[in-house]
Amino acid sequence: MSISEKIGKYVLIFFKYFSLVFFSFVALLPVVSCVITAFKTDEEYQNTNVMVLPKSWLNFENFANAFEKAGMGRAFINSTIILICVLVFSTLIGTQLAYVLNRFKFPGNKLIRNMFLFASMLPGVAMQIPVYEIMYKLGFINLLPGYITVMCGTDVIAIYIYIQFFENIDIALDESAIVDGASYFTIFYRILLPLLKPAIVTSCILKGVGTYNEYYMANMYLQDKTRLATVATSLYTFVGPLGSKYNLICAGVIISLLPALIVFITCQKQIYSGLTSGAVKG
Amino acid sequence: MSASANTTVKKNKRTFGEWLRSRDGQRVLVMLAFLIIPMVLLMVFTYIPFAEMVKFSFYNMKYIGARKFVGWKNYIKVFSRKDCFGALKLSLYYMGGSVVQLSLALYLATILSFKVKGGDVFKGFMFFPFLINGIAIGFIFKFFYTRGFVFDTVLQWCGFQLDSLPYWLKDRSINNISLVGTSVWRYFGQNMVLFIGAIMSVDNELYEAAMLDGANKFQQFRYIIMPSIKTIFVLNVILSISGSLSAFEPPYVITDGANGTGTYFVVMHEIAHTQQKVGLASAMAVVLLLIIFAVTILQKLFFKYVFKDGTE
Repeated sequence: MSISEKIGKYVLIFFKYFSLVFFSFVALLPVVSCVITAFKTDEEYQNTNVMVLPKSWLNFENFANAFEKAGMGRAFINSTIILICVLVFSTLIGTQLAYVLNRFKFPGNKLIRNMFLFASMLPGVAMQIPVYEIMYKLGFINLLPGYITVMCGTDVIAIYIYIQFFENIDIALDESAIVDGASYFTIFYRILLPLLKPAIVTSCILKGVGTYNEYYMANMYLQDKTRLATVATSLYTFVGPLGSKYNLICAGVIISLLPALIVFITCQKQIYSGLTSGAVKG
Repeated sequence: MSASANTTVKKNKRTFGEWLRSRDGQRVLVMLAFLIIPMVLLMVFTYIPFAEMVKFSFYNMKYIGARKFVGWKNYIKVFSRKDCFGALKLSLYYMGGSVVQLSLALYLATILSFKVKGGDVFKGFMFFPFLINGIAIGFIFKFFYTRGFVFDTVLQWCGFQLDSLPYWLKDRSINNISLVGTSVWRYFGQNMVLFIGAIMSVDNELYEAAMLDGANKFQQFRYIIMPSIKTIFVLNVILSISGSLSAFEPPYVITDGANGTGTYFVVMHEIAHTQQKVGLASAMAVVLLLIIFAVTILQKLFFKYVFKDGTE
């Protein structure tokens, strides 16, 4: 290798790592600055620059305060209930739908697929104008099961992940079970559903993060914030008079994103693969 | 596929009970049982509301109370009121942002799909913003852009004077760009992960063969990476245009649409849920949906044409 080639190679390596470090810094800076501020006492917060590190990393007072002020105890319970119900129901609905669409040929199969695809193209914010009226008529406003129901609706990405997975399960498996006299229900619940586990885990993680983070509909349909706030909407407590106490707010923000962070650290692989397999098909 | 083959059963006269227990009957039964809930949800929360929305757009109405049919008046208002259709101009900022976002994602994905020390850690750092909830993002960036706070401090480290810096969220010449920046920040990592997924799906032997043939990094990018991510790239371009037209979240959670940052959907949300002019808001929604469909179809045709012409 000639000298100029060697220099070229090092320049390339330098650029590579410089880019990675720089953009990681950009991605982390807003969050890290929040963490720094969350550990500051009121006095420190008022007298030091935001990027000056706190005196003590053990000052959890803001976290306790934020947790209590925003009613996050209640909010975590609500979010957990919502999460469990939404995941169980949407997994059942989604796998069953994918099973029928993949394993049965019938007139209207293509139409149903297209109806779900089209539904996913409608922007949620616009759709909530008429959906609000329907929720109101159904008596679903300020009702946890109502919000759970609307959250279980169309989820094309999960359906695609399941359909893709079904395509890779040999249909001979179904056929031999049929020969043995198994009903379709048995085939689905006893044979196919267990095989679908990796796909279910993947889409549950994605759907779980999405549900946990959802705030637009939660804010609209769960208006009673003392009783029905989710973790995301509990942060609305900090709008208004508390709006400039950023050491408190940042603590609340950090608490709210801890669960997502934990899921991310433990399930990185599934999140990435779920995103990828969902996107390619769509 | 072949499931239909074994259902070509001879048609004997059977009682309903017998039919129900037959394979045919079982098939219909399981289909009904499995389809009914998702279809009902789809109807109740998508298609009925969709039809309602089109109907609302011809009425002068609130959610509760009397409704008056007004014909095309709402549509005329959408185009004549300054705050409605004019808000679509802001989409240009968001389209600009998507260009930055997609190029950045592609660049970083290319780097990360070759061997890099600590690649997974960098990838994780850059992806994480995607997992933060919208309201938290709102607070994080209100804090980030506050005068003299995070962003200003970092710029001062780089030698800028505080006096020469604008108010990032108030100054009308810059605030939309500040908001677009938050959207790029949030999504470039996610785009990057999608691209990495597509690049990784290429057989490794292809790269090895290219290396043996003496292809340099750029040639590898052009002839192996680009084709492999074509589908997902086009998909993202299409999504980013309709996404820009319906931009909502950054102004909604950070500025609440103040100081000229109200995008079309933020204005629509305000009209629907604060002013309760449901008819007018519905008309706005219908107009934008039509535009999005038109743009999507045009783009699909365009890319079909381009790729037929260019690569085959």
